[in-house]
Amino acid sequence: MQIKPAACLAALALAVCAGAASAQTIKIGVISTYSGPLAAQGDQLDKGFKLYLKLNGDKLPAGVKIEPIFRDDTGPNPDVAKRLAQELIVRDKVQFLVGTVWTPNAAAIAPLTKEAKVPFISANAAGVNIPYLSPYFARVSFTLWQSAYPLGQWAAKKYKRVYTAVSDFAPGHEAEEGFITGFKSGGGEIVGSVRIPLANPDFVPYMQRIKDAKPDALFAFNPAGKQATAMMKTYSDLGLAKDGIKYIGTGDITTDEELQGMGDVALGVITAHHYSAAAERPANKAFVAAYKKEYGENLFPGFMVVGAWDAMDAIFHAIREQKGKVDPDRTMALLRQYKNPNSPRGPIALDPDTRDIVQNEYLREVRRVGGALANVELETLATMIKDPFKELKGKK
Amino acid sequence: MEAFLSSLVSVAFHGLAYGMILYVISVGLAVTMGLMGFANLAHGVFAMAGGYILTSSLQHTSIPFPAALALAFFAVAAGSVVLERTLYARLYGAGELEQVLFTIGLIFMAVAVARLIFGTLQAPVMLPDYIRGQYPLFGREFPTYRVFLIAVSGAMIAALWFGVERTRWGAMVRAAVDNRPMAQSVGINTRRLFTLTFALGSGLAGLGGALGAEIVAVQPTYPLEQLVFYLIVVAVGGQGSLRGPLVAALLIGFSDTALKYWLPQFGAFFIYVATIALLLWRPMGLFGRRV
Repeated sequence: MQIKPAACLAALALAVCAGAASAQTIKIGVISTYSGPLAAQGDQLDKGFKLYLKLNGDKLPAGVKIEPIFRDDTGPNPDVAKRLAQELIVRDKVQFLVGTVWTPNAAAIAPLTKEAKVPFISANAAGVNIPYLSPYFARVSFTLWQSAYPLGQWAAKKYKRVYTAVSDFAPGHEAEEGFITGFKSGGGEIVGSVRIPLANPDFVPYMQRIKDAKPDALFAFNPAGKQATAMMKTYSDLGLAKDGIKYIGTGDITTDEELQGMGDVALGVITAHHYSAAAERPANKAFVAAYKKEYGENLFPGFMVVGAWDAMDAIFHAIREQKGKVDPDRTMALLRQYKNPNSPRGPIALDPDTRDIVQNEYLREVRRVGGALANVELETLATMIKDPFKELKGKK
Repeated sequence: MEAFLSSLVSVAFHGLAYGMILYVISVGLAVTMGLMGFANLAHGVFAMAGGYILTSSLQHTSIPFPAALALAFFAVAAGSVVLERTLYARLYGAGELEQVLFTIGLIFMAVAVARLIFGTLQAPVMLPDYIRGQYPLFGREFPTYRVFLIAVSGAMIAALWFGVERTRWGAMVRAAVDNRPMAQSVGINTRRLFTLTFALGSGLAGLGGALGAEIVAVQPTYPLEQLVFYLIVVAVGGQGSLRGPLVAALLIGFSDTALKYWLPQFGAFFIYVATIALLLWRPMGLFGRRV
């Protein structure tokens, strides 16, 4: 066999280059939902990650490069998420994991992150106990108690009798429990509660029942999009608004990306949430402008885009503080102290005890602003609130 | 007592409206599957196409709502003729498994294409003001769109029944479905007949998707998510008739609404139990004929 010197040289150069690059490259495994019926949510996370990397990819110590590796968990499939995490850890040797729309997927990844000591940052998965599942978990998204509980306290000052109607799945149950706990602590009376199946084509019977019960307000939680829209349409079709029944809920029912498609039925709906694309903060205006420039003038970033954005920011913070030589335990120590006074959603921090998000909750109303529907922030409902569930029910 | 009577009226009205919605979105399948015997699981694809035609034309053009409905019917019917000639016609004689696999494949392709064109979010329906809000009737107020839906469905049912039961075309379709070679031998052009009937079924699917878009939101996964409801209506109604699916839709509409109103904790559980019970009692459906 004849050896060609030129080829040999080229191979050598390639090997050296690759070696030099890998010493400075930090791999981030991103697990999100890119296909299947629920790809819309994954798309939101993806847009947030990519926007952050595009705008801030160079804000790293000299020579340090980021290599994101995107993987598709196809929906709430814990087994797929676990397999992907395993491949990312073992084969791709990622130093960070980030992502998951779905709580069950994050839960499935937890034991792996503990065993392999790979920090995972939840950009969305909001199940209350997520940060407890592994010492290498941190969360920058939200919990449903964080919005539902202060909304309940606020509602108790305005309304005497409230009916609750939530989708019958874990986030719905958490929102219901959080709201009722807050509302009752302020002396309010729950006149009825109903849990509506996720596959539900017609909301009329439920809304008619609520109309006949004559509450002062209806607390609602459904996944944003067609479920929330269908329930609001039925609310409006049956004339509950005319009967003076106010429609309130967590911000999940009027997310900024879905709001335009929901139409005028959403007008006047009062929600509590940590993020609105319509917020007046300078950091948010810059963020929304960058988003529109990148993805289209008529699109608005929803809270998941911000979750993904802040997750990347937390990772970048950890990388910068360690000058590119990341150690998992040092990373977790840094994440516990992570603070960002200028997130698009306002000031945020991680709770050093629970590694869970601490943030403001805002009271908003859906209004028409310049031809488009917007969640207009009325007041700050709770300042730098920790997850009330953990505060009230004790720490595990 | 008065409160009970009032809730009875509500349940009756909403049950009727819900039954009509179910019927409207399934009637196209009642034609292609019930009448022509083709297991067209991709029915929802045509309905989704109709829904998108309605929402896009209301959003981007100034054509009136009735014209947009007509457009949804005719455009989907015309498009389906192409599909029928190139793809469906090859499988008329094939077994049910082949038909099911083919149409499921079609669903997945349509879902991906719709996502590419329209994105993943639901399409907004911009209804004209005259069919929004509440409509006063007998001293009560009813949601206008549902009143409108009941009226339109009623007209559609009457036209369809007349067409199939009382016209020459209807007699020819029934003859061709029962015994195709015999129909051909008496001089019926069954190929053209099937193409036309398929176009009618698909057009009705498109119209149903458009009419129902206000209540059953249109988005790329529509064909998969609504499939179970179409199949329940057609299976419980029984193949080979147009009356069966109507009765089934109304039965499900009334009982589901009543159960959800008075026993909300059982939720959507009832509709499936009722389907199982009805099919155990009559495996061929309410009006199905033994083949």
